[in-house]
Amino acid sequence: MRYLGLTDADRRAMLAACGAADIDALYRDVPKSAVLADPLDLPLHAGEMEVERALAALAACNLSAADAPCFLGAGAYRHHVPAAVDYIIQRGEFLTAYTPYQPEIAQGTLQYLFEFQTQVALICGMEIASASHYDGATACAEAALMARRIAKRSRVVVSGGVHPHYRGVTETYFRWLGDGLDLLPPSLGDEDLAACIDGDTAAVMVQNPDVFGRLRDLAPLAEACHEAGALLIVAVAEPVSLGLVRPPGEMGADIVAAEGQPVGNGLNFGGPYLGLMATRQRFVRQLPGRIAGQTIDADGRRGWVLTLSAREQHIRREKAASTNSGLCALAFCVHMALLGEEGFRALARLNHARAVALADALAAVDGVTVENDTFFNEFTIRLPGPAAPVADAMAERGILGGVPASRLFPGVEDLADCLVVCATETVSDDDIAALTAALKEFV
Amino acid sequence: MAEGETITGNRALQIEEPLLFEMDAPGQCGVDLPDSGPFEDRLGGLERRNPVGLPGLSEPRVIRHFTRLSQKNYAIDAGIFPLGSCTMKHNPRLNERLARLPGFAQLHPMQPESTVQGALALIDTLADWLRTLTGMPAVAMSPAAGAHGELCGTMVIRAALDARGEKRSTVLVPDSAHGTNPATAAMCGYAVEPIPSNARGRVDLALLKERLDDDVAAFMLTNPSTCGLFEDEILEQAEAVHAAGAYFYCDGANFNAIAGRVRPGDLGIDCMHLNLHKTFSTPHGGGGPGSGPVMLSEALAPFAPLPWLVHGAEGLRLVERAEGEAARAIGRLKSFHGQFGMFVRALAYMMSHGGDGIRQASEDAVLSANYVLAGLEDVMSLSYPGPCMHEMLFDDRFLKGTGIATLDFAKAMIDEGLHPMTVYFPLVVHGAMLIEPTESESRQSLDVFIRVMRALAERAKGGDTAWFTGAPRLAPRRRLDETTAARQPVLRWLPEEASAEKAAE
Ligand SMILES: Cc1ncc(COP(=O)(O)O)c(C=O)c1O
Repeated sequence: MRYLGLTDADRRAMLAACGAADIDALYRDVPKSAVLADPLDLPLHAGEMEVERALAALAACNLSAADAPCFLGAGAYRHHVPAAVDYIIQRGEFLTAYTPYQPEIAQGTLQYLFEFQTQVALICGMEIASASHYDGATACAEAALMARRIAKRSRVVVSGGVHPHYRGVTETYFRWLGDGLDLLPPSLGDEDLAACIDGDTAAVMVQNPDVFGRLRDLAPLAEACHEAGALLIVAVAEPVSLGLVRPPGEMGADIVAAEGQPVGNGLNFGGPYLGLMATRQRFVRQLPGRIAGQTIDADGRRGWVLTLSAREQHIRREKAASTNSGLCALAFCVHMALLGEEGFRALARLNHARAVALADALAAVDGVTVENDTFFNEFTIRLPGPAAPVADAMAERGILGGVPASRLFPGVEDLADCLVVCATETVSDDDIAALTAALKEFV
Repeated sequence: MAEGETITGNRALQIEEPLLFEMDAPGQCGVDLPDSGPFEDRLGGLERRNPVGLPGLSEPRVIRHFTRLSQKNYAIDAGIFPLGSCTMKHNPRLNERLARLPGFAQLHPMQPESTVQGALALIDTLADWLRTLTGMPAVAMSPAAGAHGELCGTMVIRAALDARGEKRSTVLVPDSAHGTNPATAAMCGYAVEPIPSNARGRVDLALLKERLDDDVAAFMLTNPSTCGLFEDEILEQAEAVHAAGAYFYCDGANFNAIAGRVRPGDLGIDCMHLNLHKTFSTPHGGGGPGSGPVMLSEALAPFAPLPWLVHGAEGLRLVERAEGEAARAIGRLKSFHGQFGMFVRALAYMMSHGGDGIRQASEDAVLSANYVLAGLEDVMSLSYPGPCMHEMLFDDRFLKGTGIATLDFAKAMIDEGLHPMTVYFPLVVHGAMLIEPTESESRQSLDVFIRVMRALAERAKGGDTAWFTGAPRLAPRRRLDETTAARQPVLRWLPEEASAEKAAE
């Protein structure tokens, strides 16, 4: 077996060195009744070629978004990932390292985490950022918990425009905290969040652009929050937007919780992704998760360590944190380094340009209305009837034509006819023509 | 210039590397994008007004930067990584290749189910392997890592108790447990009570029984334990836990010792998370991503988080809403459907090993640990007598009177080209050193490890204190000042003017 380091001769010699008659002797603490008598009903070991064949056959049963005009977004975005990104993250020194518990021999990981934190803080317009979370949804939940700790109040108001998975995870995390969450209903109408704030409100959570693609000036809301002693949490599902759209930090956000996948990371059927979290310097001691910090070594040379987290250096009791999303943060960091100021802003512009072209093309289709006044690279259209069957019919044709709002918010009548469509830089004019033609046919 | 010093501060292959932000060359860019052309924006006046502040670099500079950084990292690819309780085994490259097949890597999570039947079948197949290996009937696939799995399991237990109309307020956790265990229980609103270990390093059964009552929601055990031992009274523990009406949670971080030989379901476990990034070889990636599926008993299965994967008339289907069959689900713990990319890798690993190879891997992991134990027990102080499972626990008694601490010993290993073991965990012994070699190491590699560890132990006892307290000397950095890092946190780069202003404040 190719992954095992021992030969049968090694095993015999090693058993002898241990003074064990056989391997069973080493398992003698296992209760007899729990020892498996027979081998498990599983296939036997297989060579690379066989495994590759079997899994490639499963992969071939799927419609790859790379082979189809793809207009799906809603929390996962298909962007071109430069070849250099995948090369760097496959270097064994990054790929096969553990969490940097021994900083002297993990400076590579620690330095890129520090660079990543800086990139995240910059694009969000915030002062500091953490070294990644599991994904955007868990980052939102953690942000809501963080706001409760800071404000020492219990309730968090969540806008109806926040991605349903971000809402859902936050709801689950809050489930046993007493009644702490006010979830506003999803709708394409206006919502008055400021009116929901009272003396027990720790924070208001909004998403920008929201799940329907709409942009909003958050400054007035931030003001209302701050006047009432509450925090403003801004969720961002598409961080590429921050290259073109005013960042939450400039509109008064106190915490930004975001999905990092669109930068450097592929779609991967929904995971692994990475959560981003950025905040103000004064909240640093409440920022959850791992954080890399700068320091010096015994010779006075600059270096980095995990910090504010002596709590987890040695996986200490009660204070331990967990594996998060280090390698995805590296992919983000490398992609962002390649983009730089010019590339990041050009990429964002290009996304918006593609979405504008798509919106103009779809608005011209009879029976289709574009619901958004504002958007970045994603917006919502209304069809004359239920959107889900149309999306299915288009998929049959090999077009991934948008996410039905009914999949995001099942049972909300007003949204049943809506389709959330997205155009990134990967969408071509031919793709747009294909979607337009399909909608003409199916609507 | 003194011997060994250089003009640049570089040392041959160890090259000093500035931060990306210190390399800025405005106008350089590592990507070429088509022009956006003219269009009328739909931003509603919300365009960005200020530069972002990102540095400009060409592609070769970016590659070189990260290549140099990579050379400052230790990794399994470079050598033994005996970090106890972390299972740093070889990460097969086939897994990486397969996870990158466009039919997996380029699937959007919101594609219609008809277009992703292969991906759903992959999840289903992996779930089947996990059910067979654990002897447990159900699995929640979405948790993102071990601690997230613990959260999932504890919530499922809480939901099941709520459904029984019972208010229980305590979770019992052995004192040797990983810190995430009590942290998680606390997150679900439980009071955490430690259960002491006995002189054999196992949970004290009498104390456990004494503490179990109708206020206890769950007993959260790690088996094999973080002392590297199999809980030999686990059947009695299970009986006592169930007799009190509580659930038996198992932290499966150490499943690598028993996979293919013992099924947790046969031990009376109700709920257990697995770490695909430990037992099933998905890479740790310098701190994730991981994947922490949670195995559930029949009684707990109805409370599993969304989404559920079910077999329907038209193939596999995702239940994404808490209604109908999933009405009692605890809700969602993560976006979309879990760490799919990790599922591909874990399944590729399992298929490569097969049922026979998984069992052999467990046996080799246990044999290798016992071989290291036998090779070191006369020069280091073993905390509890063997045989051990896949890892063994030493403490710092052998360093008594030397002025050398566990940390110093670990740092001296670094200079020898070894990654240190887990140190200061578990907390049940003083100056813990938890060594897990894994089944990936050859006998040659284990022999080198034993030889170096023996020599270091002899050297320590010989009184060469400074050798240890001054280590490491040869790593890219010497010991780093963690106290200052925490007291005056510098968590991001700032332009020089801004840094100067801040310092003046
Ligand atoms: C015994 C034990 N439990 C839990 C965890 C946490 O797992 P994760 O880092 O995957 O969240 C670890 C990780 O080292 C562990 O060793």
